[in-house]
Amino acid sequence: MGSLVLEALSKRYGSSTAVERVDLEVAQGEMVALLGPSGCGKTTTLRMVAGFIPPSGGRVLIGGQDVTRAPPYARDTGMVFQSYALFPHMSVAQNVAFGLEMRKVGRAERDERVMEALRLVRLDHLADRLPRQLSGGQQQRVALARALVVNPAVFLLDEPLSNLDAKLRGEVRMEIRALQQRLGLTTLIVTHDQEEALTMADRLVVMERGRVRQVGTAEELYEHPADPFVAGFVGRCNLVSGRLEGGGFRAESGALLRCDSTGAPADAALLALRPERIRLDPDPAGEARITAVTYLGAQTEYHVEQRGTTLLVTRPTPPLGDPMRRLAVGDAVVLSWDAAAVRLLPAA
Amino acid sequence: MLLPAPRRLLFHAAIGAAFLLMLAPVAMVMIISVFRQEIVSFPPPGLTLEWYVNAWARQEFARGFLTSLQVALLATAIGVPLGTAAALALQRSAIKGKGALNTLLLGPLAVPGVVAGTALYMFYLRAEFWLDRDLTATLEGLVAAHVLLTIPWTVRLVSASLQGLDRTAEEAAANLGARPLTVFRRVTLPMLRPGIVAAALFSFIQSFENLELTLLLVGPGRTTLPVAMLSYLEFRIDPTLAAVATVQILLVAGLMLITDRFVKLSRVV
Ligand SMILES: Nc1ncnc2c1ncn2[C@@H]1O[C@H](COP(=O)(O)OP(=O)(O)O)[C@@H](O)[C@H]1O
Ligand SMILES: [Mg+2]
Repeated sequence: MGSLVLEALSKRYGSSTAVERVDLEVAQGEMVALLGPSGCGKTTTLRMVAGFIPPSGGRVLIGGQDVTRAPPYARDTGMVFQSYALFPHMSVAQNVAFGLEMRKVGRAERDERVMEALRLVRLDHLADRLPRQLSGGQQQRVALARALVVNPAVFLLDEPLSNLDAKLRGEVRMEIRALQQRLGLTTLIVTHDQEEALTMADRLVVMERGRVRQVGTAEELYEHPADPFVAGFVGRCNLVSGRLEGGGFRAESGALLRCDSTGAPADAALLALRPERIRLDPDPAGEARITAVTYLGAQTEYHVEQRGTTLLVTRPTPPLGDPMRRLAVGDAVVLSWDAAAVRLLPAA
Repeated sequence: MLLPAPRRLLFHAAIGAAFLLMLAPVAMVMIISVFRQEIVSFPPPGLTLEWYVNAWARQEFARGFLTSLQVALLATAIGVPLGTAAALALQRSAIKGKGALNTLLLGPLAVPGVVAGTALYMFYLRAEFWLDRDLTATLEGLVAAHVLLTIPWTVRLVSASLQGLDRTAEEAAANLGARPLTVFRRVTLPMLRPGIVAAALFSFIQSFENLELTLLLVGPGRTTLPVAMLSYLEFRIDPTLAAVATVQILLVAGLMLITDRFVKLSRVV
């Protein structure tokens, strides 16, 4: 049994549904990311776990105990808010000490644990500052220390990196992951950024319009997306509608595309193919035409049209002098891929 | 079309003129209060602080000052806690009819002071009859009337602070194990402090310099400073009054400056 369990957790606002029967188990020490586009119900789910929003249905269990009706102060969760939510009138040390005070930890032990938590986030030299005297990244780390110092049973993070600039985001991402692993924290993190989710979490929960679409590791989601939404949301993906025909896939435009149909669902209506799994070779006799070339440094993107179907292809940028380097719009090419690289999905 | 530079010059000149227009009378009063001559004229000869000594020696100003101080302090001490509680209820609770309640609480600001003062006077006369005790020209009567000034100003200033308050800080406190009362005491109240301090200072000023509402509620032996100044003005004009006014102006301006440090007054008044 997981250390955090959600059972058919739902939230309705009037006639609209923000979260619809979400089931999830987070194991002790595991980090799970709720991933999905803005408005899909991630924050609502997290806030139901913290106790700020009463669920319309379902249960929340922490450490096997039903806390569905427990007030926030009686749940053993440590939350990091998107806006950090530091206490502006308290020093950094007082902010971090607050949770220990509420738990009636004695003065001496409290001071010691506060300094230890601040050392952990490398802010022990700023203990006496006020939050407004710190940079965004430093405030973020105070919020982390404040939530961590009480050893919460469940660690909750709501888009913790969205207010940081790109460079800092990468650093803090590594830092949070390292802390989480070192302290063995059971963690639920909310993000709309797939890269963030892929790099930080053990498992991901992809949500859309209040429902869970798929749960799995980054690799499972990327290699075996359960539906077109997941295929399109986790990484980029060519999605072509059509139907199975013989050993191949007949696109609506008429092109017959190579695929491996063993084990494919009978109602397969979409072919999913990652752009980096497609090979592209210049060939004057080829029937495919390049319609766009975008140079991205390490990679180059090609839009290629073949019998009315346009596919996105990404290749490592070839070295200078390579004939591939001279490919331009209008050039004839041949596309090829492993039949095993193709996923066949039911209609959206 | 004017060039940018002359246009800017014109803009600054207009601002300067506006300030001059507003501050000239104030400056005049201050200047007059420190010159020797008795008949108000300009430019006056000879500097002196005699008028200040004179003002303090005159019973009606000294006692008026003390009465005003007493009334303002008490009205603030009563109105600010009540107004703060009302603002919390208006902004935070789920009670019905908040709009009506808000209008009612801010109402005294919308009614002209003289009208409210007359209404209060008539009410006091009636109440005196029923209660068989004095209300006009008593400290209680004046304080009760001035609470009608301090409550609306407090509701207004504290409501504004509450609206700007980051509620996630309160959630963070709850998340760390604080019960609702502890959250209020340790997080909400300290975050509201600037608003409450501003409300107290502003309430004090409003009460201290109020004339219209108070005019009919004073009596012999219990007069506030602004009313004492008005009565003095009825039969003589000399720099004593300017001296009193200067003290009042400096006090109010000082408090305003302090208030503005807590809450930008231009945003709420
Ligand atoms: N208090 C509320 N009243 C009505 N609808 C709400 C409320 N809070 C959130 N919602 C709706 O619930 C949905 C999910 O919101 P949220 O959980 O904040 O999404 P996310 O965090 O994934 O961006 C949204 O469509 C939002 O409009
Ligand atoms: Mg959100």
